[in-house]
Amino acid sequence: MELMSNLADGFAVALTWQNLALALMGCFLGTIMGALPGLGPSNGVAILIPLAFTLGLGATPSLILLTSVYYGAMYGGRISSILLNIPGDEPAMMTCLDGYPMAQQGRAGEALALSGIASFVGAFFATWGLVLLAPQLVKVALLFGPAEYFALFALAFATLGGISSTNQAKSAFAAALGLGLAMIGVDTQTGVPRFTFGEVHLYDGIDFLVAIVGLFALSEVFIFLEHRGTDQDISTKPKMVIGRIVPTWSLIRSCIPTMGRTTVLGFVAGVLPGAGASLGSFISYSMEKRLVDRKGTFGKGDPRGVAAPETGNNAAAGGALVPMLALGVPGSGTTAVLLAVLLALNITPGPLLFTQNPDVVWGLIAALFIGNVMLLAMNIPMVGLFTRVLLVPPRILMPIVAMISFVGIYGISGSSFDLMVMVGFGVMGWVLRKLDVPLVPVILGTLLGNEMEVNFRRAVNIANGDYSVLISSPLTILLWTIAVIGFVLPILVGGLIRRRMRMARDAEGGVRD
Amino acid sequence: MQISTIRRGLVAAAFVVCAPLAASAQDFTPENPECIAPANPGGGWDFTCRQVGKSLQDLGLIPSTMQVVNLSGGGGGVAFAEVVNKRNDDDDLIVAASSATATRLAQNAFPGNTMDQVRWIGAVGADYGVIAVADDSEIQTLPELMDAIKEDPTSVSIGGGSAVGGWDHLKVLIAAQEAGVEDVRNVKYIAFAGGGEAVTQLLAGSLQAFTGDLSEARGFVESGDIRVIALLAPERLEGEFSGFATAREQGIDAIGANWRGFYGPGNMSDAAYDYWVEQIDTLYDSPEWKAVMEANGLAPLDLQGEEFEQFVAESVQNIEELSREIGILQ
Repeated sequence: MELMSNLADGFAVALTWQNLALALMGCFLGTIMGALPGLGPSNGVAILIPLAFTLGLGATPSLILLTSVYYGAMYGGRISSILLNIPGDEPAMMTCLDGYPMAQQGRAGEALALSGIASFVGAFFATWGLVLLAPQLVKVALLFGPAEYFALFALAFATLGGISSTNQAKSAFAAALGLGLAMIGVDTQTGVPRFTFGEVHLYDGIDFLVAIVGLFALSEVFIFLEHRGTDQDISTKPKMVIGRIVPTWSLIRSCIPTMGRTTVLGFVAGVLPGAGASLGSFISYSMEKRLVDRKGTFGKGDPRGVAAPETGNNAAAGGALVPMLALGVPGSGTTAVLLAVLLALNITPGPLLFTQNPDVVWGLIAALFIGNVMLLAMNIPMVGLFTRVLLVPPRILMPIVAMISFVGIYGISGSSFDLMVMVGFGVMGWVLRKLDVPLVPVILGTLLGNEMEVNFRRAVNIANGDYSVLISSPLTILLWTIAVIGFVLPILVGGLIRRRMRMARDAEGGVRD
Repeated sequence: MQISTIRRGLVAAAFVVCAPLAASAQDFTPENPECIAPANPGGGWDFTCRQVGKSLQDLGLIPSTMQVVNLSGGGGGVAFAEVVNKRNDDDDLIVAASSATATRLAQNAFPGNTMDQVRWIGAVGADYGVIAVADDSEIQTLPELMDAIKEDPTSVSIGGGSAVGGWDHLKVLIAAQEAGVEDVRNVKYIAFAGGGEAVTQLLAGSLQAFTGDLSEARGFVESGDIRVIALLAPERLEGEFSGFATAREQGIDAIGANWRGFYGPGNMSDAAYDYWVEQIDTLYDSPEWKAVMEANGLAPLDLQGEEFEQFVAESVQNIEELSREIGILQ
C-alpha cells in the first residue's frame, strides 16, 4: 500500500490553510477564465504565472494554484457554451452542440448542473487514473509511433462526418477547409514557408485560439449586428427560460453509462501527447452519438450530449498531466505551460520526478482531488448566478464579447496582426453560418491537420518512402479498421435507419418534420 | 487573501522606493523593465525571460518586477521586426535570444532583418548539444553511428526538436561533416515539435538517434532510458555530466552550443546598454545564478557586451556557410 501512504503524504502537504486558499482562488479564477470566451485554460494559467512568482510561492503552492486554474477552466468552459453557444475554451466546443439547444428549450439550469456533475465525474476518476496508472501509462505512449498517430488522426476525421451537421458533405467541406488552413506556415519537415505570402506573422501558422475566437465569438457578434433591432432578435433571446436548477435523479441516472464510457475515452485521449482535451471531448461526443443516439436527439438538446463531452474533456485534462509529469512531454497546450512553470521552479519533469520530488507530485495530486470537490461545490449552487448572464441583453453582452475577444487575443500574442486574422475568421464564420456549414469541423481540421500531416511524413520518411509502413503494426491496423468502419457504416446503414425512423414517426403520427 | 496580498504589495512597494538608494550610482535605471519572450509561454525564450527577470529582482539588480511579454511568431521574427520597426529606441527593453535566433538570421528567415539592427547584450549560459541513442542500442560511440550512416544513410533516422535547417539538425550535420560523411544532405533528419517528443520516439523505436540539448536529454539519461554517445562541447563538463565523452575526444571535432542571452533595440542609448550589460554580467557572476544554471543543465558561457556581439557575429557567419554547403540557403 505504498500508493496510499504516498497519497496520504500528499494530502498532508495540500491540507494547509495557504494551499487550500490557493486552491480555492485558483478554482474560482479558473472557472471565470474558462467561462469567458477567448480566455482558455492555457492563457488562464499563463496569466497567473506572474502572480505565483510575485507572491513568492514555493514549488508546490505555485503548482496547486496553477493546476486549480487549469481544472477550473475546464469546468468554466461549459458555461458560455451552454448559455451563449460560444465555447468558453477549445475543449468546450462540443458542449455547444447539445448544451445550447437545451438552454433554448428552457433547460439551461439543468444543462449547467448536469455538466457540472459530468465534469466532476470525469476529473475525479481521471485523477485516480493519474494516481494508479501514471508510471504504467508511460509505456502506452511508447506504442504510438508516427504511423500510429497518423492512423489515430485519420480515425478522428473518418468519424467526423455526422457530428455537427446532418449534411455530411458540408461537414466534409468544413473539415477540408480546416485542413487547408492548417497548412499555412513554415513546413517543419523542410523549413519552407507555405501560403505565407512573405508575411512573417504567418510563419508559425494560424494560431488555433485566434481562429476559434474569430469563428465562434466574433461571428456571433456579426450575426447580432445583422439582425440588430429586428423583431426576431428581440423576440427570441429574452424568451429563454432557465428552468429548474437541480437536475432530476432520473436524468442523472440516464447519463451514468455515458459518463462511465467517456471518462475512460477522455482519459486515454488526454494521455496521448499532443491530443489533449479537445480531442477528448470530440471523441467522447462522437462515440456517444454513434452508440446511444437511436432517436436522433443528439444535437437537439440531448442531456447525454452535454454529459459526454464535459466528462470527456475533464477526464482528458487529468490524463494530459500523466505524460507531462511522467515523461516531460506535455499532453496538451495547457500542460505545456505548466511544464514551463515546473522548469522555472527548478523541477525537471521526467521519469525521475516521482522518485526525486515525491512531495511535489503527491501534493499536487492531492490538491487536484481537493480542487475538484471545491469546483463541484462551487458550480452547483452558483449555477443560478452564472445563468444570470442570460438576462444580460445582447446589446450589452455582444460588445463585451467583442471586447473580451480582442483583449484576450491581443493578450496572448501581443500582435495586432492576430487581431486582423481574428476579424477575418469572424467574417468567415459569419459566411459559413449563413451557408449552414458547421464550424466545429473547421476548427478540428485546423487543430489536428498539422499533426496529422507531420506524422504521416515522419512515418514515410523514416521508412524511406515506403507507404506500407502506415499499416505495418497491429495497432495501426486496428485503428484503420475502426476508421473504415466508422466511415462506411453510417453511409451503408444510415439510409436504412433514417427510413426506419421515418416509418416510426409516421406510425406515431409524428408532428416534427 | 486580499488583505495579505495588499500587504505584500505594500512591502514590494517599499522595496521599490528603497531600491534606487541601494543601487550604486547609475547613469540609467529602467522605469519599467520589460523582457520580450519571442514565443508562447513554455519555451526556452520564455524561461530565459522569466528566470532572468526573477533572479535580477531577487538580487535587487533591477528596481521593479521585470514584465515579461510573450510576442510569438515567425520563430522570433515577429519580435525582431517589432523591436527594429517600432521600439528601436526603447531603453527599458531586452529580448530573449538563443542560437535559434542566430540560425534564423543567418538563413534570412527574418525577411529583411540582419543581426546588426539590434544591440547584443550578453549571454547567461549555454546548453551544449548531445547526440544520444536508446539505452538498448548496439551503437556505443559517435564514430560507430557515423560509420552506420556512411554505410547506409537510409538506415539511420535521427530525430530532434527543431525544424529541418534548425539548430538541432545543423549540430548533427556539423558532426557528420567532421566525421567525413561525403554528402551530409543524405543524413536522414526527422523534425519533431520538441526534444521530449523526439526522445519518446527514440524510446518507441521509430528513431535510431537523438540530437538535442543536454537540458532536454538529462531527465532521460538519469532514468537510464537513453545513453549520450557524444557531448558537443570543447571539453568534458564538470559534476554529474563528467561521464559524457566529447565528440572531440572521439576524433570528431564538432562543437554545438545552444547559447541563451539577450539583445536590445538598435538605438538603445549607450548608458542603457552599459546598464543592461553590467546587470547581466553581475547576475552571471552571482552564486544564485550558478545554482540556476546547475539546476537547468546550463554550461558556462561568460560573454557580455562587445565580446558577445563578436561571438554572435561569428556564429551567424559559420551557420551561413554551413547552410549554403548543405543547400538550405541558396
